[in-house]
Amino acid sequence: MSLEFSKIEQVYEELAKALDRLADQDREIFLCKFSLLLARETDDLAWVIEMIEKAQNRLGKV
Amino acid sequence: MRPAGKGEFESLYFKYPIFAAPSLEHVFDRNQFKVAIVGAGPVGMFAALTLARFGVPTVLFDNKNTFNDGSRAICLQRSSYHALERVGAVAPFIEKALGWTTGRTFYRGQKILEFQMPHTDSEKYLPMYNIQQQYIEQFLCNAVDACDLIETRWCSEVVGISDSISGTRLTINDTNGRYKCDVEWVLAADGARSSVRTIRGKRLNGKNFPGRYVIADVQMDHNYPTIRRALFDSKSNPDKTILIHRQPDNLWRIDYQLPEGQAEEEAIREANIRENVARILVDIGYKGDWELEWWSIYSANTLALDDYRDERVIFIGDSAHIVPIFGVRGLNNGLADAENAGWKLARVLNGLSDESLLDSYTPERRGATLDIFENASKSARFMTPPTKGWTLMRDAALSLSLDHQWAGEFANPRQMEPFIYSEGGAVLSNLPSTGSVIIGAILPNERLSENTHLSDLLGNSFTLLVLDDVNPVELDSLKASLHNVDPQLTLITNSKIRERFGDNALKRIHSRLGTQTGATLMIRPDGYIVGAWGVYAPDDIVMLMTAAFGKNGVN
Repeated sequence: MSLEFSKIEQVYEELAKALDRLADQDREIFLCKFSLLLARETDDLAWVIEMIEKAQNRLGKV
Repeated sequence: MRPAGKGEFESLYFKYPIFAAPSLEHVFDRNQFKVAIVGAGPVGMFAALTLARFGVPTVLFDNKNTFNDGSRAICLQRSSYHALERVGAVAPFIEKALGWTTGRTFYRGQKILEFQMPHTDSEKYLPMYNIQQQYIEQFLCNAVDACDLIETRWCSEVVGISDSISGTRLTINDTNGRYKCDVEWVLAADGARSSVRTIRGKRLNGKNFPGRYVIADVQMDHNYPTIRRALFDSKSNPDKTILIHRQPDNLWRIDYQLPEGQAEEEAIREANIRENVARILVDIGYKGDWELEWWSIYSANTLALDDYRDERVIFIGDSAHIVPIFGVRGLNNGLADAENAGWKLARVLNGLSDESLLDSYTPERRGATLDIFENASKSARFMTPPTKGWTLMRDAALSLSLDHQWAGEFANPRQMEPFIYSEGGAVLSNLPSTGSVIIGAILPNERLSENTHLSDLLGNSFTLLVLDDVNPVELDSLKASLHNVDPQLTLITNSKIRERFGDNALKRIHSRLGTQTGATLMIRPDGYIVGAWGVYAPDDIVMLMTAAFGKNGVN
């Protein structure tokens, strides 16, 4: 079960617009809130942890 | 620290007694004891009272000439009240302390969480009571003074401890001179900066947390119930946290987090304390007069000894562990240490158990401390996030909590229930489960009548709770078989409960324990469940109890 591409594209656009609307200091916290809200909608903790892992892939390490 | 112009012990509400060292003649005359307790703070005095409960005499040494001063412990939890009751000292606490069940958390002035600590009508005491440590020490000192088995030596510093074959030799410096005492066992209750720990070359290991707090006690006529308040990102301390607790005598404990980088001298300057407290009081809507009693600076640590016992020296309380204040478990944990070490040592000294019983002390009490660390670390990370990641998530949770009740739970201080003993503990944790009984937990309480609870029926030593209809002759024979394990064993039976409190009271016990089909429970002298049997099994009970608590070669 997953969103069809046109719908995930809409999520992409809404997130982009929201990130642009927000002040610099609020962007990270917004993404944290968004993640917690989404995570609360499932009862599959392992899946959420897996998503946290996946989202870290291919990002530059400091 | 006290305000300028005040003496070191010039309190707004408490009169500190002044104690003197005993005469040299007396200390040279009486220099052999079974147990010496170093530190006559609340944990040391309570340990002495616990040993006295089992007939064991003690001597208490303290290097001060009065009680501990300043803003210290203020919260006593339900299990501590039961422990105080077991040494016969709870009455003045009931009279003086302020009980509470509720906590409120605010974020930017809006209430985001109101939590209730677990409490039902089955309980004898409330989940938590606030009372200044000065009163705790005063009440325990009164009980100690009334007990013939305890001698307290104030102004007496233990400066040396050397092991001998049968015990240890203490060197004591007091205001009159220096002398030695031979003792079999030492309980080190000399606090976070324990000199016994230093003498024995032991170190606390663990973590320090970055956030620092000022702790200030203020006297004022503030009309707010006894509810713990936590304020996040308030007008009076932006981005930081504040904790407010009510204490008896119109005293209020205000803890406020300091900004990063502020120098300690700056933070504790009286003018700064007054300015910050005044701002907080405006924030909570208090407009009247107030007086400053005491203040200090604090940062959270989770530190513990790897082993709470070093040969014949047993560490109890803060000498063994330092826990963050957020879980209000410092003194409560210390009192539980003292009772745990106390009843076990008393059994060894009274010839009922082998010394190996003491091996269960560290797993039980260090286990409890590590459990507190885990929960208190969560609280500490929420109150004072250590890094950018923790800060972002904390701020996200707080922001969500304004609109979503579930997110407020992140701010719950997790003042949890007492730890459950298992691995390495003096409990029979391998027994199959019986009803909803949790072996290694405190026996759940139940109201039996207007004035009596199940806990009131427990004996001074072990208690066998037979929730089955067993023939009295058989019970007498079981009691006789357990005589070597515990000559003081108390027996509570189905029929006795039915007779005294009626069938409904018995049903309530069964329903609380989930034992409607019958069960037998063994309860320890500290109220913990040793074991539970779903089917009446006298031979098994005798065998397991003898193996766990009996003296090798006697039984």
